[in-house]
Amino acid sequence: MLNFVIHRIYVSILVAITVSVIGFSLLRISGDLAAELAGEDASTEEIAEVAKAYGLDRPFHVQYFDWAGKALSGDLGRSLFTNELVVELITDRIGVTFKLAIYSLILGLLLAVPLGVLASTRPNTWIDRMALGLAVFGQAIPNFWLALIMILFFGVTLRWLPISGSETEWHFVMPTLTLGLTVMPQFMRLTRTGMLDVLDSDFIRTARAKGLNPIRVLFKHALRNAILPVISLAAVVFGFLLGGSVIMESIFALNGVGFLAFESIQRQDFPVVQSIVVMLSFIYILLTFLSDVINAQLDPRIRLG
Amino acid sequence: MTDDSRVLEAKNLSVEIEVPAGILHAVTNVTLHVDKGETLGIVGESGCGKSITSLAIMNLLPSKATRTASKLQLEGKDLLSLSERELASLRGNSMGMIFQDPMTSLNPVYRIGEQLEEVYIQHGKGNRKEARERAAYLLDKVGIIAPRERLSQYPHQLSGGLRQRMMIAMTLMCEPSLVIADEPTTALDVTMQAQTLNLLSSLQDEFKMGLILITHDLGVVARMADRVLVMYAGKAVETGTSQQVFDHPTHPYTQGLIQCIPVPGKTSNDGRLGSIKGMVPALIGDLRGCMFRNRCAYVSEKCHASEIQFNQISPGRGYRCLLEANECADNLEGNLGTEIVQ
Repeated sequence: MLNFVIHRIYVSILVAITVSVIGFSLLRISGDLAAELAGEDASTEEIAEVAKAYGLDRPFHVQYFDWAGKALSGDLGRSLFTNELVVELITDRIGVTFKLAIYSLILGLLLAVPLGVLASTRPNTWIDRMALGLAVFGQAIPNFWLALIMILFFGVTLRWLPISGSETEWHFVMPTLTLGLTVMPQFMRLTRTGMLDVLDSDFIRTARAKGLNPIRVLFKHALRNAILPVISLAAVVFGFLLGGSVIMESIFALNGVGFLAFESIQRQDFPVVQSIVVMLSFIYILLTFLSDVINAQLDPRIRLG
Repeated sequence: MTDDSRVLEAKNLSVEIEVPAGILHAVTNVTLHVDKGETLGIVGESGCGKSITSLAIMNLLPSKATRTASKLQLEGKDLLSLSERELASLRGNSMGMIFQDPMTSLNPVYRIGEQLEEVYIQHGKGNRKEARERAAYLLDKVGIIAPRERLSQYPHQLSGGLRQRMMIAMTLMCEPSLVIADEPTTALDVTMQAQTLNLLSSLQDEFKMGLILITHDLGVVARMADRVLVMYAGKAVETGTSQQVFDHPTHPYTQGLIQCIPVPGKTSNDGRLGSIKGMVPALIGDLRGCMFRNRCAYVSEKCHASEIQFNQISPGRGYRCLLEANECADNLEGNLGTEIVQ
């Protein structure tokens, strides 16, 4: 197990370095940053001055190592727009984004896994059809529309829930419901097909031939095998939720990282955008690492193979 | 023979499976019994209902299958009247099953020890520690060196032969009175096959369980079985002691099967082995007449029409054919049993 973890850490670091280079270059090749900063009617001299001020006139690799070196020591620069430290901007808001992502992921999994297991034990019955129907509903309905309908119904008409802001836990109810329902179908389908596959396997027949309690067969012998791909997917979805809740954060005016990214792109605040892109990539890498470790813990063939 | 020694008795066991094309008659009116310490070999080619018969006894049939029988008793207990929960308490406890493919029959994510122990604990035989003792004892019995270390290994760390021994040990955890071995050696290589069979028969001597050995390999049956049930197209076509069936095969199908075995010194090197032409017919829909007629060398008009009765020659000895027993024997003498494909 230790060897496996060390190997995974090594691979993760290599990926992280690659991603930081790509993330850094993407912004450089998106246009002449100095020209954009200097404004529309700036002269060539003014642009050159801006480039010099921000160090944009130096060779690419010098700029990268300067940025990466500072980033490693926790200095991501300042926002060009508000002059705040990028680190502070992000840490102030990451909590909200993180909370929403965790809640939505947990809600999605809590709905999907039991429903998937239930559907797999009774394939092609009304329970199965209902579960699949719910999945299709969740996938087909655009989440921004669902969010607006919920605001209208629970917020405006019934006045049960607050519709904007992130001050109390109540503010997270509607965004969580919306995102949870959005991510639920993929987990449900994967659990269901995984379980159908596993329930058909020889070792489940063995477990039944041993006279084991059916619940034990289902949850101990089948689910542990079927859940592995769901965990890998959960890691990816969690990354998606952290980076992709821009729309939800805008609709519910949740002041999270997604909303910050959205604002910064509009203002061409490149230190902020760059930091968020690289940070989210790192989170993805970390999550993939975690899901690998959990899978290895659950499946000895990965761990010892 | 007292009733005490009878482990399993099944009368007119039938299994029908609903398929899109209609009703599949997988097993029709099979009658069999197994006594304590006795081995019954069930022989037949693929798709003739051997495995379904064993799954029907265990009540492990797929949900689309229905089982009927006029009698199905395990040690005098009527299996037909028990609830699924009561049946589960017998499975793995009084009756166990060894499956064909040891590579896929063990759960890949749990340690061997866990998989052996859970059946012991499930049936209330003892606590975790006692279960571990029992597991180590049985691994030793099935000839595994360093059993305690093996218990903490995972299935993928063991070879096929070792895994099949694990399966055998697992089946014996609760000392069942009936063990069904469904092609236990088919997935193993030849040297492991012999070892595994020897092991099964020595374990049977020791634990006195009734054994149903399902195989398509007549060599295995000749070696292991006390009595033989030959199945074709879901029906019993011949029964008898091993000696009777091998020395005087009566049904044309049994004769055909026996002629497929090469005999050292008798089968010539350049000649080809016997084979039975054709295939097992589909068992869907309304079936009448002899199922073997399309492959049989002695087929006549009568074979198409009526239901062929099972002729009882003596207790435990019988065959399902319209021919007289001595006619069949003569046929074999003349080596007309099957056509030899040149």
